[in-house]
Amino acid sequence: MSNQKNAFVFNKENEIKAKEILLKYPTDRRQSAIMPLLDLAQRQNENWLSRDIVEYVADYLEMPFIKAWEVVTFYSMYYTKYNGKYLVQVCGTTPCWLRGSDQVIKACKEVISPEPNTVSSDGLFSWMQVECLGACVNAPLVQINDDYYEDLTYDTTKNVLQSLIDGSPLSIGSQSGRKSSKAVS
Amino acid sequence: MLKEKDKIFTNLFGDEPFHLKNAQARGDWDNTKELIKKGREWIIDEMKKSELRGRGGAGFPTGLKWSFMPKDSKLTNYLVVNADESEPGTCKDRDMIRNEPHKLIEGCLLASFAMNAHTCYIYIRGEYFNEAVVLQKAIDEAYDAGLIGKNAAKSGWDFDIFLHRGAGAYICGEETALLESLEGKKGQPRLKPPFPANKGLYGSPTTVNNVETIAVVPTILRRGGEWFSSFGRPKNTGTKVFCISGHVNNPCNIEEEMSIPLRELVEKHAGGVTGGWDNLKAVIPGGSSVPLIPKSTCDTVLMDFDSLSAVKSGLGTAAVIVMDKSTDLVKAISKLSHFYKHESCGQCTPCREGTGWMWRMMEKIGNGRASSNDIDKLLDVTKQIEGHTICALGDAAAWPIQGLFRHFRDEIEEQLKKTKAA
Repeated sequence: MSNQKNAFVFNKENEIKAKEILLKYPTDRRQSAIMPLLDLAQRQNENWLSRDIVEYVADYLEMPFIKAWEVVTFYSMYYTKYNGKYLVQVCGTTPCWLRGSDQVIKACKEVISPEPNTVSSDGLFSWMQVECLGACVNAPLVQINDDYYEDLTYDTTKNVLQSLIDGSPLSIGSQSGRKSSKAVS
Repeated sequence: MLKEKDKIFTNLFGDEPFHLKNAQARGDWDNTKELIKKGREWIIDEMKKSELRGRGGAGFPTGLKWSFMPKDSKLTNYLVVNADESEPGTCKDRDMIRNEPHKLIEGCLLASFAMNAHTCYIYIRGEYFNEAVVLQKAIDEAYDAGLIGKNAAKSGWDFDIFLHRGAGAYICGEETALLESLEGKKGQPRLKPPFPANKGLYGSPTTVNNVETIAVVPTILRRGGEWFSSFGRPKNTGTKVFCISGHVNNPCNIEEEMSIPLRELVEKHAGGVTGGWDNLKAVIPGGSSVPLIPKSTCDTVLMDFDSLSAVKSGLGTAAVIVMDKSTDLVKAISKLSHFYKHESCGQCTPCREGTGWMWRMMEKIGNGRASSNDIDKLLDVTKQIEGHTICALGDAAAWPIQGLFRHFRDEIEEQLKKTKAA
């Protein structure tokens, strides 16, 4: 964690967004905005949260730091360390496993790093295994930052990762050429 | 087989854009004002006639649930839509959100009006980022067109919808955990009573409904409760979006008539089981929380609440996970045990400690290091977790294991003996 004391503030754009988010909730229920504001802060900080940032958000919402920290540690989408430019999350739950998520993991180990939660030597990626991503009829799949890549194989996983290395990411969604969750016939 | 003209979600796969003008061309937002003019009682009555049962897994009658909302409360009533779709195998709400968002938004208005709510929150799982972007655009379109907001759809009813993104916690699909999360806290389920209809969001009367439940409301009201209840069997009515995943030739989502035979569903829409029907081992018919059923049951079972509960499983979210004969069933279920261990909120001891213990025992069995006594002990522990926690996650963790040994214990013990001998 960073030692810089309260260096973090929302940038102008996010300050506006934060104010808009607060309008969604009753004025005496500012704490309701903790999740969207942590998300906003995380996006401003290369997709991770330091203790100082969480303190800033807690102050922003006039809530105790510990209540904010509880939220950060309870939910899996807040990260307390840097995960590289691209965070590759491989679903390994049963529907994905039945259709070959082990092969997707194998590809991640080869391209990114043998161990999960480890930033690749070029600083570009890390990968981790996660639980059900909720796109099970397009299994197996990965989530890379905000985007799903679906219907993967060992080869197409490598293609997707290579496209990120090359700086020209493949289109998101199914990699088998089908449209959304419609059966190929 | 459900006829095209009777499908509610005609754009489930996004063949056309989701936008308002396209949605209107498909029949959404058609004279919504007239439906509202017919009044609260009429809406709830039509919902009761439709016999719609909640599509989030529990299958509680929707009309009845709505009628629990206090009619003359001085507090603000809320509708909260549960779009925290996370039950392994389930991905139907995702398609409705990204391809048919206006059905959901119109449904929110009608349901909120029926329950005297001026405000609706839609809680969408955090991972569905792109889906949330689409939904927000659709909400903005509806505001710009005056369909929601002040005097929504010129009905005289003021109505706001706010989208709230989760951040990766399965437990927030449990309705009271969802409310805690929406209030900015850890998503830990509340003790009930009080039920949300009395004390829900911010202590106010609240109804929490699944996406599909709300998204079918406009069509039910337009075509009539009796039209909807003409599909399926009594108390198991309507059309339903099924998710077919796992060992099938063409995994897909598909809207079908409730009570369709499982075999017909899989063979007509998903291209059949890989290697043919006789290569089937077992099916989890309603999302990870329901017990699996062996092939012999799959041969004849109907896909509805009562038929599946009669074979000691459940319709749940109607997420059909197909496993063929190549499947290591212990491993398949152990992965679900790991899921529940990961997703336990940690509040109740039987679940917090038990889910991890069960997973470790499942791994031990999978590795061939367990005995018949271990299986007895494991089943005993599942019984001690089941029914002894605040929410149903403990039950959901116990049932897949019970289902596995109910149908495949002999086979697993045989395997354990072989491993020992070797």
